[in-house]
Amino acid sequence: MNKIFSFLILCSSFVYAQNGNLSGNFQSDFQLYLEDEALGFNLENPGSGFPNERFLSNGFANIMYNSTNFSAGMRYESYQNGLLGYPSGYQGEGITYRYAQFSNYGLDVTVGNFYEQFGSGMILRAYEERNLGYDNAFDGIRLKYSPSKGIYLKSVVGRQRLFFDKGTGIVRAVDGEISLNEALAGLSQAKTQIILGASFVSKFQSDLNPSYNLPENVGSWASRMNLNRGRWSLNSEYVHKYNDPSAVNNYIFKTGNALLMSGSYSKRGFGFSLDAKRIDNMDYRSERDQNLQNLMINYLPSLTKQHAYALATIYPYGTITTGEMGLQAELNYKIKKGSKLGGKYGTGILANFSNVYAIDKQQLNDSTQIDESGTLGYTSEFFKVGEEKYFQEFSLEISRKINKKLKLIGTYINTEYNSSVIVGYKWNGMIYSEIVVLEAQYKIKAKHSIRTELQHLKTKQHEGNWVMGLVEYTISPHYFFAVQNLYNYGNKYEKLTYPTLSAGYNKGTSRFALSYGKQRAGIFCVGGVCRNVPASNGLSLNITSSF
Amino acid sequence: MKKIILFIAVVTSSLCTMAQDKMNTFPSVNLKTVEGKTINSSTFENDGNPIVISFWATWCKPCAKELDAISEIYDDWQDETGVKVIAISIDDARNSAKVAPYANGKDWPFDIYLDANSDLKRALNVNAIPHTFLLNAKKEIVWQHTSYFDGDEEELFEEIKKL
Repeated sequence: MNKIFSFLILCSSFVYAQNGNLSGNFQSDFQLYLEDEALGFNLENPGSGFPNERFLSNGFANIMYNSTNFSAGMRYESYQNGLLGYPSGYQGEGITYRYAQFSNYGLDVTVGNFYEQFGSGMILRAYEERNLGYDNAFDGIRLKYSPSKGIYLKSVVGRQRLFFDKGTGIVRAVDGEISLNEALAGLSQAKTQIILGASFVSKFQSDLNPSYNLPENVGSWASRMNLNRGRWSLNSEYVHKYNDPSAVNNYIFKTGNALLMSGSYSKRGFGFSLDAKRIDNMDYRSERDQNLQNLMINYLPSLTKQHAYALATIYPYGTITTGEMGLQAELNYKIKKGSKLGGKYGTGILANFSNVYAIDKQQLNDSTQIDESGTLGYTSEFFKVGEEKYFQEFSLEISRKINKKLKLIGTYINTEYNSSVIVGYKWNGMIYSEIVVLEAQYKIKAKHSIRTELQHLKTKQHEGNWVMGLVEYTISPHYFFAVQNLYNYGNKYEKLTYPTLSAGYNKGTSRFALSYGKQRAGIFCVGGVCRNVPASNGLSLNITSSF
Repeated sequence: MKKIILFIAVVTSSLCTMAQDKMNTFPSVNLKTVEGKTINSSTFENDGNPIVISFWATWCKPCAKELDAISEIYDDWQDETGVKVIAISIDDARNSAKVAPYANGKDWPFDIYLDANSDLKRALNVNAIPHTFLLNAKKEIVWQHTSYFDGDEEELFEEIKKL
């Protein structure tokens, strides 16, 4: 407490002393929950999550001071109480983030809280996704130093945020990166651009476990390379983690590793990318008994397309940190305007394919089960694909501007979602779904536009079929109104509708949005993180602003 | 008690600085080019002409709509005002390799940079994307706007012409 106090006094004195500037942002979400017979969402049904408070709110504000070589800031957060679907650790209020940072002669020092990423983040990434309650910020010291052009060094020491508390584990980490063409004068004219990087991360947590002799220090290292030549690009990163028995891997003493490779080729009007990844026992947290999204040191991206249409977000993939391997290919192409297929304005094509399988896992010997606690767990052949399919998806989106006023977008998505493995739904086995979406954007007159979406999801499994319609009317630059309805049919249960009305007002950096209606139960994802939200009915108000 | 004192200290100092107008120091944050090179946001330049900074991501539909709309009339904007648009992607490792193919596939003529861990987004107090800033010749933020509706680019252009 004293530390925070003196620190803030320090930064306020800076504010007085120097000619810097102050800025900040604010967001608040309020929701009034209404009982709903059809959804079984009421006080009589405690399992439905209906809150005794009836009214819940989340909010935060950041305040930041910046001058040429100095910045400091803080965030206040309030959950009274946290909205449904938020991690239950968010209850109460307080200052959860404060930092001071200065830089001089290539040295950059941060004390207090900070976010950081090494390489792709597969070895270390502290970040925030406020709308989902994800925040694993460090509290400690970070140094960044650039000794000469094209060379970047970083070091991190700290503990990570766990809601209104911190994890007990200490993370120590260093990273170095060199851009060869910038650092070495002889290569400055070379056509091939090469960037190399390496990291070492170690965590410390005392061993109080009565059954096993656990490693108190767990190290990991990573190396990465980035190659570019003309229109071609190739990025790769490999991470190795020493043995790290944890609740998630069932206390096996096996080492872990991860490989991510992405290649791409692109020119104006055409882009193609291909990603491959393999993850083996790479769940890495600063406290070995944590689960869910808590105290993750690293970030393991799911290499599947991130969808925006409502029905396409019903079955999202989430990385299986204990082991998976997969591929993803994406093609972007703009058929030229004026051509037969392209039409007057050109036609856009976006195709994506991704799949994810289990990794190969073999028993160590006849008397040891796979993943048996206290053993080395299993053996795995690196290039062998496991038998179980976790996920597969193909999607195709075609967009075409018909005339100055009308634009049409058609989308087809075919998904296989292994619900026995991917966290989320209480359904066992593969869910096969096909989605078709038709979107139309029509400009009525200057600043007035209407947008409609018609979506259909077909599946024989889980909750059956869904159909959805949306009409959105916008008046630039201030107003929007929308009405949508989801209808769930073709299942054994009740047929349910989820109508919602919403309206919003924007001015500059402020935005007010009001909505009234029903919310389907499901997994909601932003960035790479997902959370499970129960079905609900209510009135919500969302306000964001910044200055 | 200490919390209260601290709060007062912050609020008074805020009021003091609020009296100053525009943001006069554009944040200095390291970003990556699509080739993976490091570039600092304080080095953004356009020879004294206005700069538009737009935050986007490959998964954000309204962001793509906004950049598509600007892309269609960009030549006219440049002829008239010399403006430069910098599109900052906040895609992380999940999509960062797709950023260049996506932007090229769409034929966007903008400078594209990656803010994979949202450091610049945080430094500029961006709550949600799309979020667009307009910088004048001194690189002061003179206008900003969150979200995108069809036709919003006209308001932005009016603001650019005022500079």
